[in-house]
Amino acid sequence: MRGPRSEPLFLARDTYRRRRIMDAARFLPVAAMFLFTVPVLWARTTGTAAGLLYLFGAWFLLILAAGAIARALPYLPGTDPDDAPAPPPGDGGTG
Amino acid sequence: MLSFNLLLAVSIGYASFLFLVAFATERRALRGQANWLRSPTVYTLSLSIYCTGWTFFGAVGYAARSGLEYLTIYLGPTIVMIGWWSLLRKLVRIGKTQRITSIADLLSSRYGKSAFIGGLVTVLVVVGTTPYIALQLQSVTLSFQVFAPASDDGISTGFWVAAGLALFTVIFGTRNLDVDERHHGVVIAIAVEAVVKLIALLAVGIFVVWGVAGGPAEALRIIDASPIAAWNMAPDRWVTLTFLAGAAFICLPRMFHVLVVENTDERHLGVASWAFPVYLLLISLFVVPIAAVGLSAMPGQNPDLFVITVPLQYGREGLAMLSFLGGFSAATSMVVVASIALSTMVSNHLVMPLWLRFAEGGATVSGDVRNVVLVSRRISIAGVLALGYLYYRSSGGGEALAAMGLIAFAGVAQLLPALIGGIFWRGATRVGAGSGIALGFTVWLYTLFLPSFGADALLSAATLRDGPWGIAALRPQALFGVTGLDPLVHAVFWSLTANLAAFFLGSLLSFPNPLERLQGATFVNIYRYSGGVRGWGHSIAEAEDLLVMAQRIIGPGEAQALFVAAAASQGKRGYLPDVTPDFLERLERKLSGSVGAATAHAMIGQITGGVTVSVEDLMRVADETAQMMEQQSALETKSRELERTARQLREANEKLTQLSVQKDAFLSQISHELRTPMTSIRSFSEILRDGAGFSAADRKRYSTIIHDETLRLTRLLDDLLDLSVLENGHGTLNIGPARLRGVLDRALATMERQDGPGALRILRRLGDEDIALMTDSDRLAQVFINILSNAQKYCTAPQPTLRIAVTRYERRVEVDFIDNGAGIPSEHQSLIFEKFARLSDTRAAGGAGLGLAICREIMLRLGGDIAYLPGQGGAAFRVTLPLAGAEAPRATATIS
Repeated sequence: MRGPRSEPLFLARDTYRRRRIMDAARFLPVAAMFLFTVPVLWARTTGTAAGLLYLFGAWFLLILAAGAIARALPYLPGTDPDDAPAPPPGDGGTG
Repeated sequence: MLSFNLLLAVSIGYASFLFLVAFATERRALRGQANWLRSPTVYTLSLSIYCTGWTFFGAVGYAARSGLEYLTIYLGPTIVMIGWWSLLRKLVRIGKTQRITSIADLLSSRYGKSAFIGGLVTVLVVVGTTPYIALQLQSVTLSFQVFAPASDDGISTGFWVAAGLALFTVIFGTRNLDVDERHHGVVIAIAVEAVVKLIALLAVGIFVVWGVAGGPAEALRIIDASPIAAWNMAPDRWVTLTFLAGAAFICLPRMFHVLVVENTDERHLGVASWAFPVYLLLISLFVVPIAAVGLSAMPGQNPDLFVITVPLQYGREGLAMLSFLGGFSAATSMVVVASIALSTMVSNHLVMPLWLRFAEGGATVSGDVRNVVLVSRRISIAGVLALGYLYYRSSGGGEALAAMGLIAFAGVAQLLPALIGGIFWRGATRVGAGSGIALGFTVWLYTLFLPSFGADALLSAATLRDGPWGIAALRPQALFGVTGLDPLVHAVFWSLTANLAAFFLGSLLSFPNPLERLQGATFVNIYRYSGGVRGWGHSIAEAEDLLVMAQRIIGPGEAQALFVAAAASQGKRGYLPDVTPDFLERLERKLSGSVGAATAHAMIGQITGGVTVSVEDLMRVADETAQMMEQQSALETKSRELERTARQLREANEKLTQLSVQKDAFLSQISHELRTPMTSIRSFSEILRDGAGFSAADRKRYSTIIHDETLRLTRLLDDLLDLSVLENGHGTLNIGPARLRGVLDRALATMERQDGPGALRILRRLGDEDIALMTDSDRLAQVFINILSNAQKYCTAPQPTLRIAVTRYERRVEVDFIDNGAGIPSEHQSLIFEKFARLSDTRAAGGAGLGLAICREIMLRLGGDIAYLPGQGGAAFRVTLPLAGAEAPRATATIS
């Protein structure tokens, strides 16, 4: 009988980088929610034109970030890095 | 002014063009040239059916009424899209591996292939989407009326639009019963429409900003001077609407269809994650400027139509026409996809379960089920569009397009808890999901949908104002006395709160059936178990019945191919594989691509006698796994044992081979040894016989040679006999008391002593030799004689000396014979005890080379040993003897 699959505690630099890019992909919608909700704080004192510029600016930046992340994610079906359980907390990596 | 007829001609021409595009695409796809159709670009463009006629016309109107709030409709989907890695990717993976055909199918499949959940979701989305379709009809009709205000009341236009759309959808949406529910022609048509509507809106926007306002800065100034200059944000609506738009982006049947069902490659999501937000950004970029310019140029006009009326105001009829086509595209593509998605759901989750229940014999009856499915889909499409048209007619075409869209959003958002919970939480159950959806749906109906028709339409004004039967706590727009909230926020808050609470509590308190647990585990861990988990126990179904059924659902050719492949993979020939759980699972998944998971499961269940997975099955599978692992480890042990035995056998074999080689060598040696003396005996006796006139001396010499050779032969034969006797353990040993000194004396005495300068000198310490032994003194003497004569023969020193050293130990005596000759080279030391091992010329030694071999056999028999002792300055032999009483000679035991 074999024990549970053992996970390496630390990852090689490439794998480490890939995991962090995946983290960025998960974090991006949170950043988007933040950027799109912030106007709630100051919208009453701002004109439509200024709000328009802010929202489209933030939108554009998010699109750039999403494009960069989508490009950087080494997405290979079958060898999905997400198949493995999440790395142990505080994994420092060797990089 | 454009004539209505020209407009009609252009729209019919455009619609024909779309028909042609779809038709050509289907043709190409049939010929297998569909690869280019499945690019990330086409996928991204097909997502644009999110932007409907409501978006196209309504967004400007929305902006003209509420400023920037219209943007929430695009910001929500943007958040969802750029968060694709967490949510959409999982949905798409589930959709692919489980062959999901619609959102109702996904939920029904997740919650134990429940027909109830599928039906509930279908009813909900039909109710929620019908007004939305009505909205599209209205937007097209309104835009027609801009060009021909007096010629039409809108009703007949709406009818013809609905009829045309139904025709298009039936032709391209139910062309065949796709096993994967993909419609190439439709997808390409909506991609073309996506481009048209984007170009149209951008063209109007560019015209307004640069052509009318005179540049971006001027446009911003106009905005600041317009009635919507101040950003009157309602924070609760801002957040709620963003959330609703994001939820609707996933849960709307048509969005789910293009996002998940029509997706061919997960990687397309990565491209769409930034490309679709770009599309949304471009679509909404010029909305506020158009609204501001329209408000300033044409105050009092319907702002929903500014996209057409503003170009017309400035005499740009071509632009207005393009804009009209953009709106037409937006409306029609939405209606087409929505009705395909809805008809799939209606046929799979309402018609098929009912047909299965009420048709004679159910799934086992003969006849083509595909016709039932296709006809039910076509009727569903017509029915959905008819409902939309009727709704539009009865509602009479309200002014505010946006309101109806948001109500639909809030309705489908009721699916979100069950959807998200289903794919991330294994504990979500059918009871939880069903009660959550049902409760949320009810609250939504009561607080938002019914009141939206206005007072006294479906709810009486009194009920709206005072609550049913005067119960104030139940006022539809102020539940539990919460007043002052925006009606939409109020409804979303209460419906989702009730939904979530029921979903969570229901899941916690209920116990899922085995199939639910199986599906839950599969969905939540989809990345790990993409291969699928077995959902069928061992059943007694007949493969032939299954084939009959499969042929009727997916067509004879495909069904037979599937069965032949399955049989081949089981190592069988022909069309009928064994009905294994694996096979049932595969078949079911294939069928579910056509008729949905719940129906496929039910149909197979009818044939297999409803033998589906049970808790016991699940446990047994686990047990089987454990047993298999045990057996495997037993096998591993056994194979290790076998390996060990094989190794031993191999070693024994090697030894035997060596022995055989030794025996062969021994035989050839023997024959050689025998032939040499025989040869000389024969030749000399021939000389004596044939010749005459020999002198007496000659005769004597020849006779002596013959005699000597005979003696040598005798000795050789004696030795051989001796060795054979010793090796076989035969013969007797005369064990008796003896003294070492006496034995040595006897050995020395029998030696042929030579005198003279070359004679061997013997050095002894007689005091050491007085040791009592229990041994065969004759044999021992034989060993000593052999050693002594060897020394005599081979010691080449000018003054040969042999030292005999006796050392007494507690249990043994060592007798060393050390001469001062050249000794034996180390590479030969291991050979000297072998038979016929002679290091120098045979004839000089006069022996056969058996002496030391015999010595070793004797010593072993006597319980001692003889060994060559290196490093003594000459040849040295050590004879080890057991002391009397210390150890009985081994031979005594073997001598019978």
